Amino acid sequence: MSLSDLKIPLLVLAAVLLLVIPADLTGFGIPWPGLRRYGMFILSLWLVTSIAAMGVNLIMGYAGQESLAQAAFLGIGAYTTAILTKAGVPFGVAFVVSGIASFLIGIILGFPALRVQKHYLAFVTLAFSVFVWLVIRNEEWLTGGVSGIQDVSRPSLFGISLKPALYYYWFICAITAMLGAAMWWIIRSPWGRAFTALRENAIRAESLGIDVRGYKLLAFAIGSAYGGFAGALYAPLVEFIDPTPFALASSLLYLLMVMLGGMGTLIGPFIGAGVAVLFPEWLRFAEGLAPILFAVIVMIMVALCPTGIVGLFERIFVKRRRPHADDKGPVLGEVKS
Amino acid sequence: MSDFLQLVIAGLATGAIYALAAIGFTLLWQTSQTINFAQGEFVMLPAFFALAAMKWWGLPFSIAALLAIAMSMLVLGVMFKNIIVDPLIKQGVLPMVISTIALAIFLKDGVKDVYSAEAQSFPTILPDIILPIPGIKISLAQVGVLVVAFSTIMGLSWFLAGTRTGRQMQATAQHPTVARILGVNVERMVMYTFLINAGLAAMASLLISPIYLAKFSNGETLGLVAFVAAIVGGFNQVRGAIAGGLIVGVIDNLAAAYVSTSYRQAVPLALLVLIILFRPQGLLGRKEERAI
Repeated sequence: MSLSDLKIPLLVLAAVLLLVIPADLTGFGIPWPGLRRYGMFILSLWLVTSIAAMGVNLIMGYAGQESLAQAAFLGIGAYTTAILTKAGVPFGVAFVVSGIASFLIGIILGFPALRVQKHYLAFVTLAFSVFVWLVIRNEEWLTGGVSGIQDVSRPSLFGISLKPALYYYWFICAITAMLGAAMWWIIRSPWGRAFTALRENAIRAESLGIDVRGYKLLAFAIGSAYGGFAGALYAPLVEFIDPTPFALASSLLYLLMVMLGGMGTLIGPFIGAGVAVLFPEWLRFAEGLAPILFAVIVMIMVALCPTGIVGLFERIFVKRRRPHADDKGPVLGEVKS
Repeated sequence: MSDFLQLVIAGLATGAIYALAAIGFTLLWQTSQTINFAQGEFVMLPAFFALAAMKWWGLPFSIAALLAIAMSMLVLGVMFKNIIVDPLIKQGVLPMVISTIALAIFLKDGVKDVYSAEAQSFPTILPDIILPIPGIKISLAQVGVLVVAFSTIMGLSWFLAGTRTGRQMQATAQHPTVARILGVNVERMVMYTFLINAGLAAMASLLISPIYLAKFSNGETLGLVAFVAAIVGGFNQVRGAIAGGLIVGVIDNLAAAYVSTSYRQAVPLALLVLIILFRPQGLLGRKEERAI
């Protein structure tokens, strides 16, 4: 029995554990008091971060582009949702609007940047990231400026209020599962195959008739929409938003966590987000040290195991079935970009 | 009018410093395909080498400044190339981007933890006295910045165009394989590029820190203007980076005075987007790569 046969049962087991662990099970005769509020908050934060990281993974791991603005899209989603729900719009509508807004902004940003090669999308998103932060900080009439927006309410579903931390956590679980399934479908679909093809070799993909620019644009816009969705879930989770978590530094962190987890894999963003969310918690005793250590680990990983934690795991536990050709070597007459 | 002139001169002074950072960025890209996302932190760090030498060893500023340049060539030149870039060069651009971003976080938080989170005042090369020119307020310190930055730029241009080593470096940048066939020691030229980048970053750091104060988080803004300057001028041209730096410096200063201080940072970014929209090869760049 190999590891790949165990994939589905393992996934189901993980899903059940994720649903049950935070709950108080003493009523069912199991001596498990569940997680406290803070533990549930960390788990919820991990899932929200994972959603945004899935988006980055589509952009970076599948389309081979760098987006340095995922936290900015999170901010757009969070502020859109906060402002709309404050104005009485139902959460469901605000959630969808957050995603669509991010998607459209992604198209507008990506369209000029992807006309040229040389990783200009990275610079355009870098600029956008700073710009969004400036707007959030300066436009006090809309965003509350540095003091932010307080008391963002949590939604209710079929008449049940999701105010309790456990219910909102389950709600996030459900949304994460849906968005994860959508991502799985995107990657398995002909679209996803095209994404992979253009990451592996853009010139060859183009010669096979794939509209390289169109697909890169689509990947960037969908990835950004995931950022918007994550932001829409984030605002009611923390119930108070201010500009800090949407600054450039957080956007950079998303790139690092996706790399650390394993680019171009479905599970990688979840692992990377888990490390990124839990790392500062483990290192509470030495607060300033967490980002430095995280950066060092990422630099070491990039150098020694560019496929990330997923790749490391595979290297250790899964035997190579057949020898691979070296796919890093240059192909005759091509310039690796 | 004299206000405007003053702003332009101040803009040229900071612009010349931005140009130093942008030239280094462009050179690294040309010779080794390294997009250095830590370039801003490279400009932030050397000032702290100098501050540390002055505070902990009690050295005078002039010696501390020289020491900072030497340290930066060692750390940001030799060590950066050997430890970060060399192991990644075969893996393409993306891993390098990630690694230099991680390096930027490392340097930024490292300086914050090791030295201080507060902004530090930094000595100027020439004293900050207003020159007795009627009508315009120009300080001697500004003149010092202009003179040092422009002589560095001119010295570098002469080195690249007028010396044998400089021309070998240009050949390496244009086509490493052909350069190697012609007998150029490509590895050594790439190492020189890293040393020059580190030296330019150190010069920029020593010149900019009296103006903006030395702070661990300076790298974010400085890196951004260096990227914008490099792209505005043309990614593949040293003279493009010079022009880009000066333009961004002047626009930045004018924007702070005439637009609004809260959106000052956004003005160079708007310029970046306009350039990418209408002239993606940059003002002085030439079209060379396919757009895919």
